[in-house]
Amino acid sequence: MRCSRQVSVLLALVLCATGLRAQDRPHVFRGATIYPVSGPPIENGVLVIHQGKIVAVGPANRVSIPRGAVELDVRGKVIIPGLVDTHSHIGGGDGGDRSATLHPEVRILDAIDPQHDTFWKARAGGITTMNIMPGSGHLMSGQTVYVKPRMARTIQEMLFCQDPLREVCGGMKMANGTNSLGNPPSPGTRAKSAALVRQLFLKAVEYREKIRQAQGDPAKMPARDLQMEALVEILEGKRIVHFHTHRHDDILTAIRLGQEFGFRPVLHHVSEAWKVADEIARARVPCSIIVLDSPGGKHEAVDIRWENGAALEKAGVDVAFHTDDGITDSRLFLRSAALGVRAGMSRQKALEALTLAGARMLGLENRIGSLDPGKDADFVVLSGDPFSVYTHVEQTWIDGRKVFDRANPEHRKYATGGYGVYRGDVYGHDEGEE
Amino acid sequence: MRAFFRVGLLVWIALLGFVPVRAQIAVRGEIVYTMAGSPIRNGVVLIRDGKIERVGQAGSVRIPEGYRVLQARVVTPGLIDAHSVVGLAGIYNVPHDQMQLERSSPIQPELRAIDAYNPQEALVEWVRNLGITTLHTGHGPGALISGQTMLVKTSGRTVEEALVDSVAMVAATLGRTVGQNFSSPGTRSKAVAMLRTELLKAQEYARKRRDPDPTKRPARDLKLEVLADVLEGKIPLLITAQTAPDILAALRLQREFGFRLVLDGAAEVYLVLEEVKQAGVPVILHPTMARTGGEMRNASMETAALLHRAGVPFALQSGYESYVPKTRVVLFEAAIAAANGLPFEAALGAITIQAARILGIDNRVGSLEPGKDADLVLFDGDPFEYTTRVCGVIINGRLVSETCR
Repeated sequence: MRCSRQVSVLLALVLCATGLRAQDRPHVFRGATIYPVSGPPIENGVLVIHQGKIVAVGPANRVSIPRGAVELDVRGKVIIPGLVDTHSHIGGGDGGDRSATLHPEVRILDAIDPQHDTFWKARAGGITTMNIMPGSGHLMSGQTVYVKPRMARTIQEMLFCQDPLREVCGGMKMANGTNSLGNPPSPGTRAKSAALVRQLFLKAVEYREKIRQAQGDPAKMPARDLQMEALVEILEGKRIVHFHTHRHDDILTAIRLGQEFGFRPVLHHVSEAWKVADEIARARVPCSIIVLDSPGGKHEAVDIRWENGAALEKAGVDVAFHTDDGITDSRLFLRSAALGVRAGMSRQKALEALTLAGARMLGLENRIGSLDPGKDADFVVLSGDPFSVYTHVEQTWIDGRKVFDRANPEHRKYATGGYGVYRGDVYGHDEGEE
Repeated sequence: MRAFFRVGLLVWIALLGFVPVRAQIAVRGEIVYTMAGSPIRNGVVLIRDGKIERVGQAGSVRIPEGYRVLQARVVTPGLIDAHSVVGLAGIYNVPHDQMQLERSSPIQPELRAIDAYNPQEALVEWVRNLGITTLHTGHGPGALISGQTMLVKTSGRTVEEALVDSVAMVAATLGRTVGQNFSSPGTRSKAVAMLRTELLKAQEYARKRRDPDPTKRPARDLKLEVLADVLEGKIPLLITAQTAPDILAALRLQREFGFRLVLDGAAEVYLVLEEVKQAGVPVILHPTMARTGGEMRNASMETAALLHRAGVPFALQSGYESYVPKTRVVLFEAAIAAANGLPFEAALGAITIQAARILGIDNRVGSLEPGKDADLVLFDGDPFEYTTRVCGVIINGRLVSETCR
């Protein structure tokens, strides 16, 4: 008995060691059409990864292959960078409650279930980075978090940052327009919404001033204030504001608030972007947009257009797409960009809008978003053209590890759905997220 | 006189601008999917007086003089959404434009769809511009019996102009969602018991109204006369049932009362496929991209392919959406089914001829054959590809959209 236990421990060690060694060996993906996004597509390309990073990308005859590499034949396939979803609600998290409308101290990372089944939707859809956000039922619903849908047991294992106690690990969710209106403590009008936000930022400016005046002397420092600390991070450009906004005037209000307090928000949804594309361009504010199968569902989304991507591209605005999952399905994220192409966006910008542009909007463009040496080995193997309905995500890799493989029935079921695949707790509509 | 002439000219120009053109039209397609036989390469469809006049290869069909010629890569019959609430449900999603569910009582078969349909609703225009020419719309899921459904074309200023059939089906729902809208039924067993009680009453009413002695016939009862029509097979009962137990309950009701059943939703139909097949019941399957939440949590994108292989007659639908997007587009749902194992022509069939058969209107729509309504869609590529656009929509021989979308 004891012997067999020793054997199994030994076996486990051996398996573990070989597993580690396999990941330690460079992997070479050979023969695919590669879209690095940072450069033109490469026919018959080679991608080399090692220890979670990209080592080389290029045409077959230009890339030197490290010795001892694991070779993978991906002829006929297409490789693109891992998709970046700039706005998602998966993972079962939440945000601020009904006690207030401004919750800058609330962190969604305290509420996410890293083992939530919805992360499989992201993996099945080729998403390797996401900005998980609290809802839009508040002017400021809380701190968002940037994660990779790794096979994780703890939220810590999914984060981009190393230490959530010391680092900024996400952005700040803000909203204007109708979702955040309501009975007190919510504002009842748009003007009141803006006034409440301005009042809070004024307080933060004062708080920052007190910190400056303390000049590092602990005795002179203001009392710690979780709300103010998060807002000062915004004022100092360390925390990005992700601003939910739909109607053209609300879009300009969001820009105006940012200009007053010296931050440049990422605008989200931006349903009426096509009406004020030039103003958005002049403010040099990026847009993360959603694509819906039909307009409406609420007043401020009635004028949403598929042409938003094309209009913003034409105006010179940095554009990304997002799923807003459960509004659209993470498994079908490529579809959003394809519909953008249908309505006039260039293929190149549309692919960038799924990857590198999103990375920029999260301030993570040095690590992810394109296939360049030194960047994280996050990529997707597709069965065909990225914008074809008939194309499937075949494999999703994060940090050089395969986290989704359609050839594996235990993974494939998450792409198609079926009995007992998903528990069914989709982020609720009444939380007013879109 | 001159001023009068000018006004007349303006009116004439205005008419040209706003009245959809109904002339003799010839549509040429690199591929024409007639859905009645093999696709035709280099096909021509001649349209005259709102009906299809001829369909054939370019070489064998001469285009008569005076016909307006339209050209497309791919031509299909007008698309049919086999179950929607569009027109009762509006784009704003406020109480004043949500007419698909009346919450005052769980059983109201007397509610007519024609009294609530808004043919000028923006969502009707939206789906029309994407090639949906026929809608099966009306009272939605969410009540034990929510009311009647109807069949309309997506054109027409008034419901009368749009109408294909004013009473298509009576809409019923089994499952937990009913309990969210009404205090009773609060359980699924109670729901079935309430339905059986009502149908028994309707049986009695139907028997009495057949009495040869007019004085012994019952007074008119709007509720019971509709249900009596259901029991007499004049109107099918559309039962929305997503889970396997609810699907089986629907089949049980059908066996007990003998009505014509059409299964709707049927997210877990793959668990009870044999039973559904043996019952010979058609299925209007949930949207392929349905969210995997609530009673549809077990939905699979491959169910359409499974139904096809099993030989169960089925159509696809846009369904009901409570928030954003306010409606799905059945063309896109068919596309995802086609990408998940459903053969191309079966996917096209699920939104054309198969849908027409299940809805009982295949004598008028669903395929391109002489004598049928001239409802056509012109695409600039594979209809299911994300990047293909709908570049022309013809309803009853009128070109109602010619902008690529």
